[in-house]
Amino acid sequence: MSMKLKALLKSPWVFHLSTGSCNNCDIEILDCLTPRFDIERFGMLLAGSIKHADVLLITGSCNRQSVIRLKRLYEQAPKPCLVVAIGECSLSRGLFMHSYNCPVPLDKIIPVDVYIPGCPPKPEAIIAGVVKLIEKVKKEKVESKK
Amino acid sequence: MAKTIVPIGPYHPLQEEPEFFSLTVEGEKVVDIDVRIGYNHRGIEKLSEMKTFDQSTFVIERICGICSTSHPFAYTRAVEDIISVEVPERAKYIRTIIAEGERIHSHLLWLGLAGHFLGYNTVYMWVWKLREEILDVMEILSGNRNNYAMFKPGGVRRDIKQEDIPDVIKKLDSIIPSLTMIKKAVIDDPVIHARTKGIGVLSKEDAINYAALGPTSRASGVARDVRKDAPYGVYDKIEWNMIVTKNGDVFDKVIVRILEVLEAIKIMKECLLTLPKGEIDLNIKDIPPGEGIGHVEAPRGETFHYVRSDGTNRPVRHKVRAPTFMNLPTFKATVVGETISDATIILAAIDPCYCCTERMAVRNIKGTKLYNGEDLIRLSQEKTEKIKRKMGL
Repeated sequence: MSMKLKALLKSPWVFHLSTGSCNNCDIEILDCLTPRFDIERFGMLLAGSIKHADVLLITGSCNRQSVIRLKRLYEQAPKPCLVVAIGECSLSRGLFMHSYNCPVPLDKIIPVDVYIPGCPPKPEAIIAGVVKLIEKVKKEKVESKK
Repeated sequence: MAKTIVPIGPYHPLQEEPEFFSLTVEGEKVVDIDVRIGYNHRGIEKLSEMKTFDQSTFVIERICGICSTSHPFAYTRAVEDIISVEVPERAKYIRTIIAEGERIHSHLLWLGLAGHFLGYNTVYMWVWKLREEILDVMEILSGNRNNYAMFKPGGVRRDIKQEDIPDVIKKLDSIIPSLTMIKKAVIDDPVIHARTKGIGVLSKEDAINYAALGPTSRASGVARDVRKDAPYGVYDKIEWNMIVTKNGDVFDKVIVRILEVLEAIKIMKECLLTLPKGEIDLNIKDIPPGEGIGHVEAPRGETFHYVRSDGTNRPVRHKVRAPTFMNLPTFKATVVGETISDATIILAAIDPCYCCTERMAVRNIKGTKLYNGEDLIRLSQEKTEKIKRKMGL
């Protein structure tokens, strides 16, 4: 594991991007920051700019307008960058599977590391998902040493 | 002075749907504004036509996560308008309870974000902590925090259990003291006065001309509320007041929303206490050909749905008009003439749940000066600090 990835796991800064969601997942992400869940105690912080972000939290069904911007943002993100798909829409497009404006699911556009299902997922689920992501990366590190 | 264009959006990381604003500024002053929407288009009206009348409610619910009651409410009313039936009394009460619960959490959400924009992160954290209580209430009543899935044409899907009611009322009562404290804090705070009074004024004439809806119009002295004008649910059987203020500035919009939350708690409690017994669903089987309209007062204003049926089990046409669609053009009247540091809160004041951070840049013609969204929020927060210092706080 690179030095960068190791540093990233200590305190992953998250950047949130809505690609045509109904706001529910977005609000649940914000909820994670507020006193009841307080994700900051794990060192996670909502970054204002993609340039500061370590983890991309993506919600929504990737409509035609946002696909171009999503790609551009992913290119701008400093690597290594981990991607978390939040909510049913970004997993498989869910209800919007047959919509003319949502051509492909998120993982056909950019590589996704963790999927958090739910419509919307509860803040607990989002926190658990990010923790699993950290565990996954750490495990990969151990395996690569062997 | 040279005119500068400030592009805001379409992506900003705090939350909410992407939308694009371009502010034309002269120095600090905003002289023109243009709006571009459509980044969130998912083809919901078309999807709704592909589903049956019963399934459509789930699609409609996902138009907006915050208005996940108002849209199905308006849609079911439109379908019931086609059949011309009245839903059972108990269903009406349950619908009203859920609708008011949504109003409480939506207004609290807005209040928290407004606090954040002004540089009062304490307000943001406090209010969102209160909001969790309401989400708990909704979880007790419907089983989910946000998408309640309670509505279906002809009634509601789930009943409210009698044994849950005392818990719910206790939870509702528990947030009233904190809310009253926040209300007092907002009304007495000199800095909030300085930042919001006389800022982004929407006059009564403008509110009528732009056909503003909901709290945006009520803050400008236009007494317009679907719950009073064309009562639905049980709003005509319950005592409640429409909150109307005169000035139309950001401060009044804050006050209208805080008072509406208290009013909504009152309505919710009364509904829970006087919940009649009986059926909750009409079990509608066939929808005859015809067309119907349904409108309800969403937290942001009037939501309007039109449904046409040709006698099959799917709607032939489904049209949705959300309140923000009507409220957006009022920016022409409110933002123009204000400074950029005030633009953030004015744009937020109509509650499009708008927070502009990411990919927002100010460039002068030579391209030498660059602000991003964070800078703009910083500008807004610095102004508060400056005012605080001036007042010697």
